[in-house]
Amino acid sequence: MSHQAPAQSHAAHAHDSHHGGGHHDAGFWRTYIFSTDHKVIGIQYGVTSLLFLFFGFALMLAMRWQIAYPGKPMPVVGALLEGVLGPIAAGGVMTPDLYNTFGAMHGTIMVFLGVVPLGFAAFGNYLVPLQIGAIDMAFPRINMASFWSFLIGGMVMFVSFFIPGGAAQGGWTSYSPLATSIPTDGQTWWILAMVLIITSSLLGSVNFIATVIQLRAPGMTWMRMPFFTWAQFVTAFILLLAFPPLEAAAVMQLMDKVFHASFYLPTGLLIGGQLADISGGGSPLLWQHLFWFLAHPEVYVLILPAIGMVGEILANNTRKPLFGYRSLVYSVLAVGFISFIVWAHHMYLTGMGTRISTFFQTTTLIISIPSVIILTCLFLSLWGGSIRFNSAMLFALAFLPMFGIGGLTGLPLGFNFSDLLLHDSYYVIAHFHYVVAPGTIFALFAGVYFWFPKMSGRKMNEWLGKIHFAGSFVFMNLVFFPMFAQGVAGMSRRMSDGGVSYMLNDMTADVLGRLPKEVVEANIGISTAAFLLGVAQIPFIINFFWSIFRGEKVTSNNPWDATTLEWQTPTPPPHGNFDKPIKVYRGPYEYSVPGAARDYLPQNEPNRS
Amino acid sequence: MTDQNAHHGNHGIKGYLLVFFGLIIGTIITVAAWKVHLPTLFLTVLVALIIATVKASMVAAWFMHLANEQRMIYAILGLTFFFFLGMMLLTVWAYGDAPKIHLP
Amino acid sequence: MDIPYTVLPRRDTGLYNAKLGIWLFLASEVMLFGALFSAYILLRVGSYPGVWPHGILNVPVGTLNTMVLICSSVTVVLAWAALKANDFAKYRKIQLVTVLCALAFVCIKSYEYYDKFTHYEVVMKDGRVIDGHLVRKEGGGQVVNGRKQPPEFIVLHGVEFPAEMKAAGMAKIPLLEAIEKKSGHHAEHKEFRVAWSDTTRVQNYGPWHNTYLAIYFTLTALHALHVIGGAAVIFWIWGPGAAMWKTDPERYTNRVEVSGLFWHFVDLVWIFLFPILYLL
Repeated sequence: MSHQAPAQSHAAHAHDSHHGGGHHDAGFWRTYIFSTDHKVIGIQYGVTSLLFLFFGFALMLAMRWQIAYPGKPMPVVGALLEGVLGPIAAGGVMTPDLYNTFGAMHGTIMVFLGVVPLGFAAFGNYLVPLQIGAIDMAFPRINMASFWSFLIGGMVMFVSFFIPGGAAQGGWTSYSPLATSIPTDGQTWWILAMVLIITSSLLGSVNFIATVIQLRAPGMTWMRMPFFTWAQFVTAFILLLAFPPLEAAAVMQLMDKVFHASFYLPTGLLIGGQLADISGGGSPLLWQHLFWFLAHPEVYVLILPAIGMVGEILANNTRKPLFGYRSLVYSVLAVGFISFIVWAHHMYLTGMGTRISTFFQTTTLIISIPSVIILTCLFLSLWGGSIRFNSAMLFALAFLPMFGIGGLTGLPLGFNFSDLLLHDSYYVIAHFHYVVAPGTIFALFAGVYFWFPKMSGRKMNEWLGKIHFAGSFVFMNLVFFPMFAQGVAGMSRRMSDGGVSYMLNDMTADVLGRLPKEVVEANIGISTAAFLLGVAQIPFIINFFWSIFRGEKVTSNNPWDATTLEWQTPTPPPHGNFDKPIKVYRGPYEYSVPGAARDYLPQNEPNRS
Repeated sequence: MTDQNAHHGNHGIKGYLLVFFGLIIGTIITVAAWKVHLPTLFLTVLVALIIATVKASMVAAWFMHLANEQRMIYAILGLTFFFFLGMMLLTVWAYGDAPKIHLP
Repeated sequence: MDIPYTVLPRRDTGLYNAKLGIWLFLASEVMLFGALFSAYILLRVGSYPGVWPHGILNVPVGTLNTMVLICSSVTVVLAWAALKANDFAKYRKIQLVTVLCALAFVCIKSYEYYDKFTHYEVVMKDGRVIDGHLVRKEGGGQVVNGRKQPPEFIVLHGVEFPAEMKAAGMAKIPLLEAIEKKSGHHAEHKEFRVAWSDTTRVQNYGPWHNTYLAIYFTLTALHALHVIGGAAVIFWIWGPGAAMWKTDPERYTNRVEVSGLFWHFVDLVWIFLFPILYLL
């Protein structure tokens, strides 16, 4: 996008962009496709992950149709699915196999190809070097390799829909022996794609950590780093150390699947009533341990960059320093640390012993302390601020209660006795979606609105942004809030008919384990809300593309009057980022400093002597 | 840089060769201990793992220069080692704590 | 507009970028192999008593391979020390030994794999079990309907266990000594010519044979990939990449150091792999 830079009115700035444009010598391919520039890679990640988010959402809409109207042909897309996927979507009806495929791939795509790449890789790549005053990442070529590994992984994941038998059906958790014994190749493709994605995140996280440790500008001490950079730093450590065990687990599942080993297949395993022809001796729990050793910290990979962005946007739009910056930093560090020793709270139902359950229950509740500190500090940052209610701020503000609901409803899942009831019910679905969908995704939207002017040189349309916000906020809650009730009423997740086969039609003798009619019928309302949630994204899509070309041009490099270093560069930043040597003199959030001439003091503004 | 060069001069090379012979001897002891068949499996495992740990520490301390490294590296490796132990011990504990099922 | 600290260390951390990078990478490698070691422990502790096999692998060959890897580890650090002392010719000579050692390691490992893949356990219809190395196959092999036909006869050199031992659930225990001790039966090594039609199951000692072999193949194959990758990088720096010594000797020395750190880690993993897979 840097080709738009010379159009800027700012003379000095146009000059610098042109200077940075020396990079254009490298030609179109090296500048925009195989680029080693962290900003281009960030945008590449952003575009790819937004597409995957959209795709994952579409999968979910198809599933929601099946949940609301089980066995009825899907309108409009039914014929298309039958044409593309074949008998698995016969007659435009979603078969249970297809439902399982979509369910597994919705989770996988949303987590590994949508939210993490957008929050961590896209925003992180674009912003972290800028925020610490570096000219690029520490290892630009490894950065490029990271993106391409991710993209190929995503492609493999996507292509697996079209292989015979379709994509993986074992859920995003891919529990063995189920995932191993489904007789199609989808799971093998899933594993291969995951290995590529894990490689990508490994390369990315090494790069982020090295960049933050080595390339901070003079004066950028640890406690002057913007909160977002801190969150990214901790996230990178989680990715670095939690992902390899999943890689090991995936390799072992690949051995099971392709070489007929028995890592996760126990002796005496029956598949379809037949004794499986395997050597046996494996442990299904081994997969669960290694999977959740990654997948629980992964939750914090999803949420920490979002929290970081919300922190930046709140401070800027309240024109106040973040409340308790140090507490926030230490809490994020604590969350990152403790997140490694809570994983087995996903496994209470596996017959774990009482002592180990108590251990994981205790650590799980301990991790809620720093989480609550973070949320409290963010709430208190609003106190006494003169808040600017722009689109970015609205999403950031909405993040706070949404994440609060998601977090608090997690407590009953952390206690093993209440989890035994709620495990694998719609309550769990509602809980983690509140954390990730209205939580993280709202923060990501806020980030898009907030940093769009820096990336493109144009602001997004406020009016469309507010419509987008209102629609998203209302329908997001209409989708997920009723699910709490459904879950408490006993509705299980992963049922391809939305619970109809368990519906209590009349008061028969066999009431136990049945669902009241109202609970099942709530599916129709939820699915309608989900569809309307999709409609509510249309203003965003229009706004995004319209603003790239027609949006209101920014008149300064710092349109939000922000303090952090990414706003002290030309817009958009050229290759090499800064037009002058950067030196940092102050903390990241010096807003409304008493006695100062303006209500903000950029980090690189020298102290008056 | 000059003092570092001096540090890795002839003295350093002698050290590397000593470690090398230490590793070879360690390997021989490991195999020998296996050959003599110690009375219990526990003892066999213990001896083998102790020797392996000593050998690994020698490689890490001298060949990888961890004996004299920057604080940042220690911090990163300390964190990694803690999580590694957590993963291994908690998994094994979870396994050992599971109620035993008695098959007929 | 170059990225700082690619060659010289940053003051407050005392590190150049690549050194920090490789240590971070090694930290993640610790977790990768750590997970596999955890899997090994869990599978072994969780196996039914007496089922975990012992003595499948050739210890002298494994010991030899350990020695080879230790040699390469010392040469890699000596090569770096030679570069530090500005002796490029010496570096060239010593580092060549490293690469040759890596090659030798992979060759020996391949021989061990070959040995396992030609090692068969054959269950006969009458319940006897023949365990031995494949000598040759006779007949068969033609392709019918796209499927390769099994041989008519296979000739194995090994031992035979009587049917009653299989009934006692012992045929799956490949440790000859244990079987002999338990049964008092002394197995004699000889050649067996087995008709395919008399067998119910013919399986070689691949990862599908038992969980021990599964973890053995997974761990050693992953380790071997690291050996191959590390050796390729060291070789590249040694050969095609050596032009940098003329233009930027300090950066070149750093590269040798960083690749050496990776190589030591590969050695370190093997130091644990050898006892747990071969001896315990």
